[in-house]
Amino acid sequence: MRRRKFLKAVGAGVAATGIEGILTAQRAPAFAQANTVHILRWNDFVPAADKVLREVFAPEVQKALGLKLNVETVNANDLPARATAAIQSGSGPDIILLLNNYPHLYASAGVDVSALADEVSKAQGGIYEPAARLNKIGGKWVSMPWSLVPALIAYRKSWFDEVGAKEFPKTWQQYHEVGRKLKAAKRPIGQTLGNTFGDAPTFTYPLLWSFGGQEVDAKGKVMLDSKETLESVRFMVQFWKDAHDEGGLAWDDSNNNRSFLSGDISATLNGASIYVAALNGADKFKTEKGEPLHTDILHAPLPAGPKGAHGYHTAHNHMVMKYSKNTKGAIEFLRWAHKQENLEKWMVVQKGYAVGTARAWEKHKMWADNGPVMAPFKVAAAGQSRLMGFAGQPDKKAAEAWNKYIVTVMYAQACSGKMKAEETVKWAAGELGKIYT
Amino acid sequence: MKDPAIHGTGGAVAAVAAPLVDRDRVRVSRLTRVLDSERLLAAALLTPGVAILALFIAYPFVMAIWFSLTSIRVGDPGVFVGLANFTKALNDTIFQTAFSNTVFYTFWATIFKLVLGMWLALLLNRSFRFKRIVRASMLLPFIIPTVLSAFAWRWMFDPTFSVMNWALYHGGMITDRLPFLSSGDWAMWCAIVVNTWRGMPFFAITLLAGLQTISPDLHEAAALDGAGAWHRFWHVTWPLLLPVTLVVVVFSVIQTFSDFQLIYVLTGGGPANSTHLIATYAYQIGVNSGLLGEGAALSLFMFPVLFAVVWVQLRYLKRMEVR
Repeated sequence: MRRRKFLKAVGAGVAATGIEGILTAQRAPAFAQANTVHILRWNDFVPAADKVLREVFAPEVQKALGLKLNVETVNANDLPARATAAIQSGSGPDIILLLNNYPHLYASAGVDVSALADEVSKAQGGIYEPAARLNKIGGKWVSMPWSLVPALIAYRKSWFDEVGAKEFPKTWQQYHEVGRKLKAAKRPIGQTLGNTFGDAPTFTYPLLWSFGGQEVDAKGKVMLDSKETLESVRFMVQFWKDAHDEGGLAWDDSNNNRSFLSGDISATLNGASIYVAALNGADKFKTEKGEPLHTDILHAPLPAGPKGAHGYHTAHNHMVMKYSKNTKGAIEFLRWAHKQENLEKWMVVQKGYAVGTARAWEKHKMWADNGPVMAPFKVAAAGQSRLMGFAGQPDKKAAEAWNKYIVTVMYAQACSGKMKAEETVKWAAGELGKIYT
Repeated sequence: MKDPAIHGTGGAVAAVAAPLVDRDRVRVSRLTRVLDSERLLAAALLTPGVAILALFIAYPFVMAIWFSLTSIRVGDPGVFVGLANFTKALNDTIFQTAFSNTVFYTFWATIFKLVLGMWLALLLNRSFRFKRIVRASMLLPFIIPTVLSAFAWRWMFDPTFSVMNWALYHGGMITDRLPFLSSGDWAMWCAIVVNTWRGMPFFAITLLAGLQTISPDLHEAAALDGAGAWHRFWHVTWPLLLPVTLVVVVFSVIQTFSDFQLIYVLTGGGPANSTHLIATYAYQIGVNSGLLGEGAALSLFMFPVLFAVVWVQLRYLKRMEVR
């Protein structure tokens, strides 16, 4: 056999085995890869939801798509560290849960999921505009909004009744007056002003906005050092002293849950996890009269200030990572999971703690089952109008300010007596100025 | 029956084997020479260690220097920006707070660890029942992973459920909760207490080892000369223990100055950034905010300080050895 003939014969043999394709793609053929999708999420405050992912979604996805779903959960505060490590090393979970405006930080690492987002938005009555602003960058969806965790005030109805508040205060001033009476009765309001990702900024940003304060203007010029901001800080200092459990300066996102459930505080801004825990543990959590605690819990939005009432609800988004060897499988999983008949299995066990990011979920029958106590959660996300970095964009700079806890620390410094109101506002504006250069 | 194939050619085999043996002798002697050479042997023994140091210490360190000179963000390699990240850090008031916190935390924690560690070592150097069990148990705080012990302390200092507050309140010693972690000053001192608790056994055991090398004759001679306990300690024990003490202090300063886990778990840098250390703030910026260049620059501020501390202490140690 001549050399040329020999090479041709060997070439044909290689092509027949598919090795040529493998060598060209520098990747193992699809049938040889384990068709696994590894998703990294937080440890849900409603543990039943993680159970659904592992025990319901995983087998159903295996059956429907032939995908093996590997669900990994970590503490929410550790998600950014995992995402950073994964992106820099180019390996890790195929899908990562990113909170709030983190998609802006990791935009270059996300696969374009615009087709999926458009499909879900069309099928489910439209994705909320704030959720779109958090995930859509430069006209492209870099991540897929999954759910929102509305932050509302959980309060003890009977205790508020006892101090004469038959309904929840509508304004900050009224809330201050009621809180003063509650603290005098050793039932203070509980609120974290600590360096923590959730309950602290979801309280301090809306407080700032409701007094007319803002981080920047639409062009990104820092506007924090204003009389409106100063007024909000002065109000908070007095409110803190008169009405709050001052240990809140050291709280993380779980302290208020424990304090409320143990009867140490009368009200706190939180997701519905307190109510859900009280409901699921009706035998364990009781009022001082021996009634199940959940029967004495109601929810209300944050009160209004001189410039209206605002709220911020923690956004949960899934990013399909560019480095993933199975981006197709990851998107297919999300497409399957976002179908209403599938997602509702996860959504129902949340009992309203997490809500959908599209309008169709407001009409879901689960709200009838969740009862009137959870009714404020149904529309809370739809009513959200502002995001971090207001009145600018919720971009990388807004994320940096959020991660440095600048707005929260501004209030904390004044409430702890570390700085005067004027000093802390100037400090915070100065810190923002270094970011927005 | 003998195999002619083998035995019939015995002479030839012997003839071939002779030079082979000679060659082996030459090889053995070369190998022996190589092994006998201290320079080559030292190089061979050092190579794995140097390779590990180069891979896990030098490479990340060089990368950190490179990162600190660029605008690298997570997912974006960035461009060379010179010393801009260092300038930004110097103008950052949170970093300034973190830096002064780190110095304060390291200074006081090291002082407490030294004083209490020395006291404990002197106690453990005496003879008493269950001496070995007590000595071994002293190491427990040092053995337990920092994250676990920090969590336990966090619960004990919890603003609402602190067992210490509960005990003091029910003991009639306080009427209101003590703000262990909710006041900036208290939180910093709490962190120092926990660091001392964790690091003291290391001081105690190391100093104990040093104490045991001091001949009892010296103490007896000093006692015969009328020296009291304090004078015996100051004029006999302390000078002889000083080299060991300096080494322990160097290690402790390095570990405490770059501490991360304890603060991250105990306070998260709060309240109001009052307990942020350089390491926790660098983590917040570099990892949580994805600003890898800025985070690297922040963490590199630790290097000159630690280098200076180590250099001064080792120089002092060398001078003592010369004496």
